[in-house]
Amino acid sequence: MKDFARLFTALDQTTKTSVKTAALAEYFGTAAKEDRLWTIALLSGRRPKRTVNASRLSEWAAERAGLPMWLFKASYDVVGDLAETIHLVLPEPRGTADRSLTAWIERIRGLASLEEPERQAAIFDAWDEVAGTERFVFNKLITGGFRVGVSQKLMTRALAKATDIPETELAHRLMGDWTPGTVSYDGLITAPDPEAKLSRPYPFCLAHGVDEIGDLGPAEDWLAEWKWDGIRGQLILRGGQHHLWSRGEELMTDRFPEFARARDFLPDGTVLDGEVLVWDAEAQTPRNFNALQPRIGRKTVPKKLLAEAPVILRAYDLLEESGDDLRARAFAERRARLEAMLDGIAPEAPVALSPLVPFENWDALAETRATARDHAAEGLMLKRRDSPYHVGRKRGDWWKWKLDPLTIDAVMIYAQAGHGRRANLYTDFTFAVWKGQELVPFTKAYSGLTDAEFRKITHWVRRNTLERFGPVRRVPPVHVFEIGFEGIQKSTRHKSGVALRFPRMLRWRHDKPVTEANTHDDLLEILAAYG
Amino acid sequence: MVLEFREEGIYCPAGDFHVDPWQPVERALITHGHADHAYAGHRRYLATEAAAPVLRHRLGEITLETMRYGERRDINGVTVSFHPAGHVPGSAQIRIEHRGEIWVVSGDYKTTPDGLSEPFAPVSCHAFITECTFGLPVFDWRDEATLATEINAWWQANAAEGRPSAIGAYSLGKAQRLLTLVDPSIGPILTHGAVEAVDEILRGQGYALPETTRVTPETDPKAHPGALLIAPPSALEGRWLRRFGPAATAFASGWMALRGVRRRRAVDRGFVVSDHADWAGLNAAIRETGAERIFATHGYTATFRQWLESQGYDARIVETAYGDELVDEADTEDAA
Repeated sequence: MKDFARLFTALDQTTKTSVKTAALAEYFGTAAKEDRLWTIALLSGRRPKRTVNASRLSEWAAERAGLPMWLFKASYDVVGDLAETIHLVLPEPRGTADRSLTAWIERIRGLASLEEPERQAAIFDAWDEVAGTERFVFNKLITGGFRVGVSQKLMTRALAKATDIPETELAHRLMGDWTPGTVSYDGLITAPDPEAKLSRPYPFCLAHGVDEIGDLGPAEDWLAEWKWDGIRGQLILRGGQHHLWSRGEELMTDRFPEFARARDFLPDGTVLDGEVLVWDAEAQTPRNFNALQPRIGRKTVPKKLLAEAPVILRAYDLLEESGDDLRARAFAERRARLEAMLDGIAPEAPVALSPLVPFENWDALAETRATARDHAAEGLMLKRRDSPYHVGRKRGDWWKWKLDPLTIDAVMIYAQAGHGRRANLYTDFTFAVWKGQELVPFTKAYSGLTDAEFRKITHWVRRNTLERFGPVRRVPPVHVFEIGFEGIQKSTRHKSGVALRFPRMLRWRHDKPVTEANTHDDLLEILAAYG
Repeated sequence: MVLEFREEGIYCPAGDFHVDPWQPVERALITHGHADHAYAGHRRYLATEAAAPVLRHRLGEITLETMRYGERRDINGVTVSFHPAGHVPGSAQIRIEHRGEIWVVSGDYKTTPDGLSEPFAPVSCHAFITECTFGLPVFDWRDEATLATEINAWWQANAAEGRPSAIGAYSLGKAQRLLTLVDPSIGPILTHGAVEAVDEILRGQGYALPETTRVTPETDPKAHPGALLIAPPSALEGRWLRRFGPAATAFASGWMALRGVRRRRAVDRGFVVSDHADWAGLNAAIRETGAERIFATHGYTATFRQWLESQGYDARIVETAYGDELVDEADTEDAA
């Protein structure tokens, strides 16, 4: 694993993408094919299955390091990464084994069939065989997480450099649910198997957020759609089969059985990009994200839920028609073909057109955007008429123009140190609103402040701790923050009776005395209006 | 109690003096010159001879008396003496004895010698007031020779590619420690004004530092190919460094042992160089004092206290204004 560890070190020791790309390209040009394949898999989030559970691994590491479990856990809390914590506390190894990346992964996979004592012995052996970065990498492989500051895009670029295959073509070949167990390096990269193509999704075209639309140029160059608050999905109808992919390249076909019927209404050789939404057939409107929640994370769907929360795909782009890849064509043309295809589709079909939002000029569109919540949308999407369907996030042709979040001014009452990148800063806060003289906690938030603000608040927390509960510190109710959130839902699990979606700190309200923070009644009013 | 923990700082009622107080007091005994230990505004200061020049440089006109390491002095019937803490040049632990009871305030300390700071000397006592900045078993420093090899290899490789190497390091202590670790035969060493000011003071005191060149507005960035640049961390993010063209960047701190913190700094390399004791160092230091009562002032105090209790000590946490979050602090002079 020495060459892979060297690659890992090279990637970890620079912040420059050009250096990372060069290191990866060199590795892809020289490493054994099976190691290359595993590297591609790891860097695109296809990790080997966990064969040891994390708490066992923690116990064994603590045992090996001669530490009480609570101290190992306290260390893990600070480091924020199990593999790294284990690496840092273990004693120096005795041997220096040299096995390939693939051989190590095979060894890790082999642990699955062992009884627990043998499994523990095998791990102790491994910890004793490899040193330094290699041991860290081994721990990363065994714990499953593998983030090395290399995006899939960067990896694809490096692979393109090493293979002379165009980057966009490679990005497409790397899509789907392949694993190194189901495909060879050549089968995936150099001579793709045509069978595998049937289910393979196209890389999603992603948009950046925009706040000011003044710079986008003439309004007539653009088309607008509602930005739905559901799950982005790509529906593929090929070879008499259907597949539904999430943006995270997860196959969702079984989770949403509604789409099996799509083949009754749409021709084979069709690929649609759209939003999976819970549909209110009576009102002919989508329901908000809360309605979709129960369907997420369920592999099989009970009949009752299927009836209560039926989904459809609101399609907004046509990527493939009669088996032809349309991505290079202008959005306006793809859109026209999409409309023609979905025109007059039966109301019981699980696919419907996501309509365009007509507008005369930017000002008028801004007014329309303000009504997004009435349409169960979270804002608008702006797409340039003549834009192709890009691979990934490319600035300029697609923008999401979201509504301002819902907000409430709240009082910070607890603080907890972050971990990993934020190991020595207080970054995780609990916020409360007034209920009479009492402060009722209602949400946690840990993002939205600048590093300088986190340093400042950290300094203050250390000097103003009233009480400690393990890693949590109670602080005096002094600081008011504006909390932004995307949605609100009734909750019986929380004392406040509500749960927020994507809460984060928008602003530190230095100007606001704590007595002027919002109240629990204010929160319930927001729930009544938007819940 | 020989010492009390008050709002303004650590106080000795019998001797009527404070140790490293953070609010203005009548008489302050100072362990070392970092900003979170040596505050301005006290009426009288007492410190080691070795720490005095830096204190004067930082605090300006102060009434400062000095003592040699190991020398004893009576203050209102209390015997005080200063003992090397191995943290930065001139740093001390302060031993305070009253009616046969001995307390030691360690300030910040490092137990392994670095060839520059006066080496840490354990002091027997009944109660020991300790920092625990790196009081977790994940912190395990490597020896000086390994560090030197690592830093020099990095500098050499950058120099070979014609790139300058820039290391962010606090101007008192860490910067000079780096100077003793690097191999001056690799190339010229350029320093930021804040670093060089301290270099000059320490050279004047007789500390052996290699030759360095102060960067001024007139410095020609092209005249020093393959140079090593040593500057406070904030200078690495600004114009100061940009004039030298694309540089390889690094940060030197004990926090660099954690990959997450290293990534937050967004430098190419993180060298694990600390002025503080690691886990083993803290434990060894405490053991060697023979003390039964331990007070943890700053760092991972809650965890460290629980650990000490499990080892049979009477351990407590004392809230102080001493810092340990310095990896991000833009321009403070404290070291981590």
